Amino acid sequence: MLEGALAAAQELRGEEAGAARGGAGLARSLTIKIVSAIVTLFFVLVFNFFLFRVLPADPARNLARGTALTASQMAAVNRTYGLGLPLPQQFWNYLVQTLHWNLGISFEYHIGVSRVIGSALWPTILLVGSSTVFSTIIGVWTGIRGGWHRGSRFDKTSTAINNTLYAMPDFWLGMVLLIVFASKWFIFPEGGMHSFGGGGTGLAGINDLLWHLTLPCIVLTLVYLAEYSLVMRSSLIDEIGSDYLLTARAKGLRDAMVRRRHAVPNALLPSITLIMLNLGFVISGAITTETVFSWPGLGLLSYNALNFPDYPVLEGAFLLFSAAVIAANLIADLLLTVLDPRVRQA
Amino acid sequence: MALLELRDLAITYRTEEGPVPAVRGVSLTVDAGQTLGLAGESGCGKSTIAASILRLLPGSAKVTGQILFRGEDVLTMSWGKLRAVRWAGASIIFQGAMHSLNPVQRIGKQIAEPILLHTPEVTTAQASRRVAELLSQVGLPARRADSYPHELSGGQKQRVMIAMALACSPNLIVADEPTTALDVMIQAQVLTLIGDLVRETGVGMIMISHDLSVLSATCERLAVMYAGRIVEEGPAHQVFTDAKHPYAEALAWAFPVIGDSRTRLSPRGLPGDPPDPAQLPDGCTFHPRCAVAQPQCATRQVELWSAGEGRLAACVRVLPDFTDESGAKTVGAPQDQRDEAVA
Amino acid sequence: MSVQTETATGIPPISSGRQIAWERRRRAMAKFWQEYRKDRDGMTGLVVLVLMIAVALAAPLLASSRGLNPTLATYPVNAAPGWHYPLGTDSDGRSVLTELIWGSRISLLIGFAATLLSMVIGAVIGIVAGHFGTLNSWFGRQTDNVLMRFTDWFLVVPFLPLAIVLARTLGPSLHVIIIVIGITSWPGTARIIRAQALAVETRPYLERARALGAGHWHQMSKHVLPNVMPLLLANTILTVAGTILSETTLSFLGLGDPTRASWGEMLNGAFNNGVGTGNSLWLIAPGVAIIVVVMAFTLVGHALEAVLNPKLRER
Repeated sequence: MLEGALAAAQELRGEEAGAARGGAGLARSLTIKIVSAIVTLFFVLVFNFFLFRVLPADPARNLARGTALTASQMAAVNRTYGLGLPLPQQFWNYLVQTLHWNLGISFEYHIGVSRVIGSALWPTILLVGSSTVFSTIIGVWTGIRGGWHRGSRFDKTSTAINNTLYAMPDFWLGMVLLIVFASKWFIFPEGGMHSFGGGGTGLAGINDLLWHLTLPCIVLTLVYLAEYSLVMRSSLIDEIGSDYLLTARAKGLRDAMVRRRHAVPNALLPSITLIMLNLGFVISGAITTETVFSWPGLGLLSYNALNFPDYPVLEGAFLLFSAAVIAANLIADLLLTVLDPRVRQA
Repeated sequence: MALLELRDLAITYRTEEGPVPAVRGVSLTVDAGQTLGLAGESGCGKSTIAASILRLLPGSAKVTGQILFRGEDVLTMSWGKLRAVRWAGASIIFQGAMHSLNPVQRIGKQIAEPILLHTPEVTTAQASRRVAELLSQVGLPARRADSYPHELSGGQKQRVMIAMALACSPNLIVADEPTTALDVMIQAQVLTLIGDLVRETGVGMIMISHDLSVLSATCERLAVMYAGRIVEEGPAHQVFTDAKHPYAEALAWAFPVIGDSRTRLSPRGLPGDPPDPAQLPDGCTFHPRCAVAQPQCATRQVELWSAGEGRLAACVRVLPDFTDESGAKTVGAPQDQRDEAVA
Repeated sequence: MSVQTETATGIPPISSGRQIAWERRRRAMAKFWQEYRKDRDGMTGLVVLVLMIAVALAAPLLASSRGLNPTLATYPVNAAPGWHYPLGTDSDGRSVLTELIWGSRISLLIGFAATLLSMVIGAVIGIVAGHFGTLNSWFGRQTDNVLMRFTDWFLVVPFLPLAIVLARTLGPSLHVIIIVIGITSWPGTARIIRAQALAVETRPYLERARALGAGHWHQMSKHVLPNVMPLLLANTILTVAGTILSETTLSFLGLGDPTRASWGEMLNGAFNNGVGTGNSLWLIAPGVAIIVVVMAFTLVGHALEAVLNPKLRER
């Protein structure tokens, strides 16, 4: 799994190097990448359409959530969603609506899906953003230290911890932490983003928010930090046998300098690529963590939509998750182009 | 006082299968301004010696003997002193410049790095000027300082390595197979360059190669290694054209001479493979492959005996009381023909 | 092809082509096992795995299946560990230990089945793409291209939302879970297998096979596949680790089959019952079991990879 991801990241680097070398410059490859991302998004839309509107035996019933409908109500639903129209026409309507940000009406909340998703966006960004910062910093640091001093006590311990974290279902970790820190010892709240009554404004409000953010952030941090640490370590170990490090040592550089100035910059490239690629997936991976901690983000929204079942919201959420991955991939691609001089062909 | 003196150097690697003696008692001297060539097949220990001069061997290598650089033993130097000697006292041109340069750093920065490290009072501007100077010395335009390694050809990368090796004006340069990965035309250019630079700057040099013809053209003295020991040593041209040790002779003849049809039609390779360092033959380690091996070669301990003025060879054939009991034809071609071919 | 020659003693030596091949394989496997045994982590993982599988198979002997039926449960609900229920009981009064033992069956079954599906799809696509990709024909390159774009697209779609949507649309059942996980985890395998297939395709004996007139099917099945097998095996083991985790997640979210008590279902139950209330072992035990099994698979998988690819050995 890990090696596959690492190999994929390096393959990405290799492919890009190959493409850029045969090509005509930065602007051109950039355009290709962006167009390619848009095409992928288009296919996701097609897939989405297929999944929600075409696959179910009776889309109307699905979309109307299985409540008993009279014939005229059915006809109304059919008209609203244009279900009686030929498929290509339906798809075109769907496409136009989506581009206008009209993702339908939520069954549960009876307001526009885009509004529902919009209000759930910020909590997820906050949670995913903060945990990514921590998991990246800690993960990269432990990975470097473990990889450089391979076989040391630090390395053995940290690898063992990382392997265990990697094997752990993230929501299980969340629940265990809840039991210990929220139920047994009342240090942290049992969930939610704010205390009842808002938690106050200004500094008190921020304090309250952070208090609620701590446990879910810790869980997400731990889960991804394991992966980043293992990848960074792997990457650095790959570099350690390199000839240019021997050259650096021969020049009289101290060990720490050799590591910092030469080994780490080279080892960071695949790691950063991977972290960026992963970011897209973390957003949807947060579903389980948000559920456990009742954190009102896209994850919890999806979970509730799943159980209701609120198909329009599910459809919209799916689209957003896919778009996030596509965007993250694009950014990872661009980042690599900027950072790796071998890919960046003047 | 010699610039570099190796005294009875022995290096053994600790491996999973047991200790592997890569170097088994080598003694060499290089004076200031002198050039010494070190020849031998792969695995004979030459690169190990090169790395050991600056104590760059991995932790699994056990080193005994002395490596005296400017009179001080490198092996017992303090870390601080060693780091100061590295590059500023002696520098190395590594084998395979392809990977010896940091791929994500501009080469100008890499050349400047040892300068800034060893002479901290130098400003970056001064260092850049020195880099430009060095690049022009090796025949590269100054604007190349902003290039990345992958933007350079093999020959250009090798020139960068040479420029980098000269950066701190060392007393000794160790060139480990500097031209092996290059094609013949570039090889000639690089060798000429090295020869000129050595003459101009008066730096001492050890060049390591498996190609005796290259060494004989560039170096004053030549030492041939086999299975971790020196088997012949002497003035380069003499060793090349009139080798006393059968292995050195075979090595000299291993490279076909352009224009000499004899070498083309009857290649003079050596049968067999270099011995496994962990399982060396008794007596003379070369005797299983030697075309003129004597019965005594299988048991007698060979040493470096005098083989003429300023020459040494580890073969019983150079001993004054030697009589040929092998019954084999003499090795090698008539002397004058080989001289002609080389000239 | 059989070459029969009589030796001096009159006993015909092993000589048919197939026998020679098998003899070679047997020797290779013996050497492989020798190498594998040196890896301490790999051996530990293997022992744990064997134990787990033994427990799963011997479930009827270890705990009565009646203990799974909530209507027959007579123990007190949410109880702390007691004599008849060493790990306590759940909110229906069932012994957590019984659920844990029987749950191993479901979790391992789903893990293996989904992985099998994923492997088959991934291997087929990887081998076909790798094989046709190396042919010097436009058709070949396009096939490779299309397959890889398709794979890349699948990689882009995030697993959890896709799984959720599929499971919700297709309904909760064991088969659905297996299919859902299977068709969402093949891309990783496909990429790795394709890379390996590309490496194999450049070997001389494949050129020879082509020159001798071997068709595509023959080349892929008789030459590429056997050489890709070892890597496929290592990848399979690692994938099982992932599928077990995926099943756990899906069951936790309520997409699993509630009538089959897998470990993920147990966690789902513990969650719905309210975290912090009730018997915390109901929550902890399946989690620990999952960690142990996933780690075991990962260790074995990495050990396999290390033996097959010596370059990785120093990790």
